[in-house]
Amino acid sequence: MRITQGCFSFLPDLTDDQIRSQVQYCIDKGWAVNIEFTDDPHPRNTFWDMWGLPMFDIKDAGAVMLELNACRKAYGERCYIRVSGFDSSHGWESVRISFLVSRPKEEPGFRLLRQEGDGRTFRYAVQSYAADRPEGQRYQA
Amino acid sequence: MNVIEKSLKAPRSRYSAGVMEYRNMGYWQPDYEPKDTDIIACFRVTPQDGVDPIEASAAVAGESSTATWTVVWTDRLTACEKYRAKCYRVDPVPNAPGSYFAFIAYDLDLFEPGSIANLSASIIGNVFGFKPLKALRLEDMRLPVAYVKTFQGPATGIVVERERLDKFGRPLLGATVKPKLGLSGRNYGRVVYEALKGGLDFTKDDENINSQPFMHWRDRFLHCMEAVKRAEAATGEVKGTYLNVTAATMEDMYERAEFAKELGSVIVMIDLVIGYTAIQSMAKWARRNDMILHLHRAGHSTYTRQKTHGVSFRVIAKWMRLAGVDHIHAGTVVGKLEGDPNTTRGYYDICREDLNPQQLEHGLFFDQHWASLNKLMPVASGGIHAGQMHQLLDFLGEDVVLQFGGGTIGHPMGIAAGATANRVALEAMIFARNCGRDTLAEGQRILEEAARNCTPLKQALDTWKDVTFNYASTDTPDFVPTATAAE
Repeated sequence: MRITQGCFSFLPDLTDDQIRSQVQYCIDKGWAVNIEFTDDPHPRNTFWDMWGLPMFDIKDAGAVMLELNACRKAYGERCYIRVSGFDSSHGWESVRISFLVSRPKEEPGFRLLRQEGDGRTFRYAVQSYAADRPEGQRYQA
Repeated sequence: MNVIEKSLKAPRSRYSAGVMEYRNMGYWQPDYEPKDTDIIACFRVTPQDGVDPIEASAAVAGESSTATWTVVWTDRLTACEKYRAKCYRVDPVPNAPGSYFAFIAYDLDLFEPGSIANLSASIIGNVFGFKPLKALRLEDMRLPVAYVKTFQGPATGIVVERERLDKFGRPLLGATVKPKLGLSGRNYGRVVYEALKGGLDFTKDDENINSQPFMHWRDRFLHCMEAVKRAEAATGEVKGTYLNVTAATMEDMYERAEFAKELGSVIVMIDLVIGYTAIQSMAKWARRNDMILHLHRAGHSTYTRQKTHGVSFRVIAKWMRLAGVDHIHAGTVVGKLEGDPNTTRGYYDICREDLNPQQLEHGLFFDQHWASLNKLMPVASGGIHAGQMHQLLDFLGEDVVLQFGGGTIGHPMGIAAGATANRVALEAMIFARNCGRDTLAEGQRILEEAARNCTPLKQALDTWKDVTFNYASTDTPDFVPTATAAE
């Protein structure tokens, strides 16, 4: 399967040039750019691990691409990596854009657990197959 | 000394029994300067032939506040000058002979805090059937911050909705399940599953899907949530379906909403026809239960569409932001339903901005401060398709739900393909815009480029390429940049 989180998951995987163009868009808007990675892509996993602090005062997307490449080197094989733009202006103070820039070769996807309740009701739970394995050992052959 | 001053300073003659012109009873005060805490209404007044526009406007002020048809001595038991609404300005409507914009200020004490029912009972409760008027329309209202702060506002708001759904940087995509009537729960759930798995964020019940012989509500909820959760597992994304909890009584609506919550839905839906009090009750329920609240504006066109009579949708939008819904259908500009581009822009600004500066060409008569009240996500629905993506993005911006019902389910290769076509078109357009391309001018080319990697999009573009709805709007703003007074 292919996880379709983020802004551009229905497009072919972004090239570095394409990523740079979107990062530059964030910078031009005055947003802080953040690189995050995880091996638990559950749709409710909000807090991915941060690759350093959000980059607040950069002018050029090249700096972000350097950091992204370093992150890829460390985690690219075994994690999802996303880039997000954070807008601190009043009334928003949250993420403005978020998109995946790297994903593991194999994406095992999710199982749906159903716990039958009274009548015909169910309690549903979505679980990542990868998360069956311990942290750090997921997505490895 | 003019007549008003005379009457105000001479209570004996002002309050002697009998009938007196409204303008002489204190409801016309051209020198009045509205206070920051006043609620101001702008009415479009069309008096009967021979009725003086000032008198007609003063009558509207009177009948929507303290007056009745005759003088009553019991006024003198009250601080009646405070409680009288004051019409302070009457302008002829540009290019509409016989109609006038009347501006009326109401003291804050005339209204119960936090109650749309009370506000609307005052402002539109009695005056619209007043015989000396041919027609009357409530065009806009200025709601003072002191009053805005008495409302909860949207249960969730745009920012928290996005955080909760983990979806940023692009409009959300939805579709109304079609056919809107007749599907069984099982078949209905199939449509939901296909559309969500194919790439939509939301599916939606239509306004009149409640609990009918062909599909009772529990069966719909059960099948829909199975579909939603299956789609979440298939995509790794948060998905939702607007479960319409509209019902005959509040007790029924609470029961349905609780069931939606129990099954794990992120969103429920109500129709405007349930009434303002029920809407506010559901907004409070939604806030308590971490639920997004979608409002379908069912029925609004009966009173919003004609320029001369009724209530403008911009007023309804303001009331609904106060009342506390999270989504509201606000027009598409390019689709099958009424919507002048400038007027629609005004509605969208009311939903999404913290300050609406006066902008007559968008139909906004007043500066409106929202005092950090949550923002409300407008929904564009009705006769739109992937081939219009560049126009939709240009007209409606990013914080909007684009709902392609027929434009998803009517796709020649099926529902999931229709959903994928819409999602690819949207992501490609956002990507191009962020790269600095002129999406409005290059829209067709951007879509064709994206379609090279996406057969469903190519088929969608081929199927609907010639579909447009170009009709003149019945509701456009009437304004001249510098309006002049009638008197």
